[in-house]
Amino acid sequence: MKKSTLLTAALVLCAASAGFAQKLNGAGATFPYPIYSKWFSEYSTAHSGVQINYQPIGSGGGIRQVTSGTVDFGASDGPMSDEQLKASKVKILHIPTVLGAVVPIYNLPGVSAELKFSPDVLADIYLGKIGNWNDARIAKDNPGVNLPNSDIVVVHRSDGSGTTYIFTDYLSKVSADWKNSVGKNTAVPWPKGIGGKGNEAVAGMVRQMPGAIGYVELIYAMQNKISFGYIRNAAGNWVKGSIDGVTEAAATVKQMPADYRVSITNAPGANAYPISSFTWLLIPDPAANGANGKIIKDFLTWMLDQGQSETSALYYAPLPKSVAEKVRTTVGQLK
Amino acid sequence: MSGPPLELTPTPEPSSLGTESPAPSEIRKFLTSRGSSAISDRAFRWIMLLCALSIFAIVALIAVELVKSSQLTISKFGLSFFFKSAWDPVNANFGALPFIFGTLTSSFLALLLAVPLAIGVAIFLTEMCPKILRGPLSFLTELLAAIPSVVYGFWAIFVLVPILRERVNPLLIKALGWTGFFSGPNFGIGLLAAGVILAIMILPIISSLTREVMTAVPHTQREAVLALGATRWEMIRMGVLRNARIGIVGSVILGLGRALGETMAVTMVIGNSPVIGKNLLGLGYSMASVIANEFSEASDDMYRSALIEIGLALFLVTIVVNGLARLLVWAVTRGAPPRVT
Repeated sequence: MKKSTLLTAALVLCAASAGFAQKLNGAGATFPYPIYSKWFSEYSTAHSGVQINYQPIGSGGGIRQVTSGTVDFGASDGPMSDEQLKASKVKILHIPTVLGAVVPIYNLPGVSAELKFSPDVLADIYLGKIGNWNDARIAKDNPGVNLPNSDIVVVHRSDGSGTTYIFTDYLSKVSADWKNSVGKNTAVPWPKGIGGKGNEAVAGMVRQMPGAIGYVELIYAMQNKISFGYIRNAAGNWVKGSIDGVTEAAATVKQMPADYRVSITNAPGANAYPISSFTWLLIPDPAANGANGKIIKDFLTWMLDQGQSETSALYYAPLPKSVAEKVRTTVGQLK
Repeated sequence: MSGPPLELTPTPEPSSLGTESPAPSEIRKFLTSRGSSAISDRAFRWIMLLCALSIFAIVALIAVELVKSSQLTISKFGLSFFFKSAWDPVNANFGALPFIFGTLTSSFLALLLAVPLAIGVAIFLTEMCPKILRGPLSFLTELLAAIPSVVYGFWAIFVLVPILRERVNPLLIKALGWTGFFSGPNFGIGLLAAGVILAIMILPIISSLTREVMTAVPHTQREAVLALGATRWEMIRMGVLRNARIGIVGSVILGLGRALGETMAVTMVIGNSPVIGKNLLGLGYSMASVIANEFSEASDDMYRSALIEIGLALFLVTIVVNGLARLLVWAVTRGAPPRVT
């Protein structure tokens, strides 16, 4: 009896000390948290003794913690700005991991057809310039659809989020008005509309209110089987948010900078879904702790090989091959 | 005590009061066994003082930290931060006014709805409730206090808001639309929804504290008023409410404190739109909500500083409101002992 207790205690101690020796901490974006936690737990299972903790505290917190060196790596849905990079004590590399997208959802009783939105129409709805569903410009995009004469209730995210960043980044690209009067950020001064906290609140409000339009993450809409509208992409085709369309947007971005800090909204590919974005891991180079740096490097390689194949089960879009190969080279150069 | 024992009440050991030294009592044994009381008394006093001072220390630390972390916006906007209604994270232009407005409006709306209801509940429970009902009713009131605010929020979104949108608001617009306080568009969510959900949340606090205070009013007071020929309502008004008023105001202040700081439930129904207007069906935003909403993704330093200064504003507003409430208590109680007029 006593012996076995002692043995267990010893084992626990061993495990604890081993865990302590190779424990990595990361913090940042909430959007990729489901896939990250899956990756980290699988990686830990495959590499006993390595434990990677990830705190989904938001991109802002992730950037702050990695630049101040309190975590081994950070994560963000929006790229760090030049000033933030300059202010950081260590060099930070952006490593794209998966892609996300934003889709428009709406609630129009009596309309069964899937609505189509031109970029400028979407921007003007959110600017408040188009206030009624039977507006001629919406009708022009949707010939044959009997649009009701009802006010458009605009719903947006109230919490700061990468989803809002992607959406406003897109609207800034397609509408000069939006760029000048609102701009892009994780939260913006919305000209009109109701704010809902999180994807679930936005979807809930849209579902409840006839005449409402909102935007949610593609993953959220797919997991919850919410139908969503088409957007006209830069090539002039009507596309619906899909994993393939998002990956194509990343593959067809005009030029991929060496640091991967690039916006892929409004990408030129024929089937590219225009409201897409990378999400990044923020890796300090060189790592503060050499042993941990090695694990991160090994994890990133694993993520590119095996991790990428597991993305679509959770509805994340994987990196296109061209980008994955480029990232592999970057990871190989990590010190 | 040294006199002869009374014959009528013989003590068990009258001889022990005599000259021969008695066996010391348990209490005396304990008191002599534990060293000098001068030291322990002093130590006790210092420890208690430390406890009391820790409150000052906590408040001071919070205030210092809030001021320190919001230096960027304090130096950029100065006092105008509290009186500006811009909130533009893209161009780093910030003001707290719409949030202060939203917090105060929703909280006072909550008080307006909750206080009469809570006092009614308390009166019923203490003065006229049949015994069978008293237990379950007080239990249910206290149960309301234990529900997490996020649950209130979800309930509000899926139950309260549709009821407001489809049944209550159209009536309000029809009947009271001319006042300007109730006009469309009718979203269901907005300041009124926030006020109603806050009212439900602070109801148990106010009613259970009020009940305690009213139970503490001596029965002789009630009996005296009744003996003078008062009706039951007159007895409650003069004999109970009048005596309990300070405690009732205190419970209202506690409820207000909860309403001012409530975050999650309000965020879910207030509409999160920084506007100021007298339309109670319109959207609003509260200080606690904007911090909860935007803090985690605020990567820019000026933005973060603005959010922390909102926290400072909430701190100041709470102090001012509490100060005003104390003033109110003072004004109410100035009239010396409770008396019937």
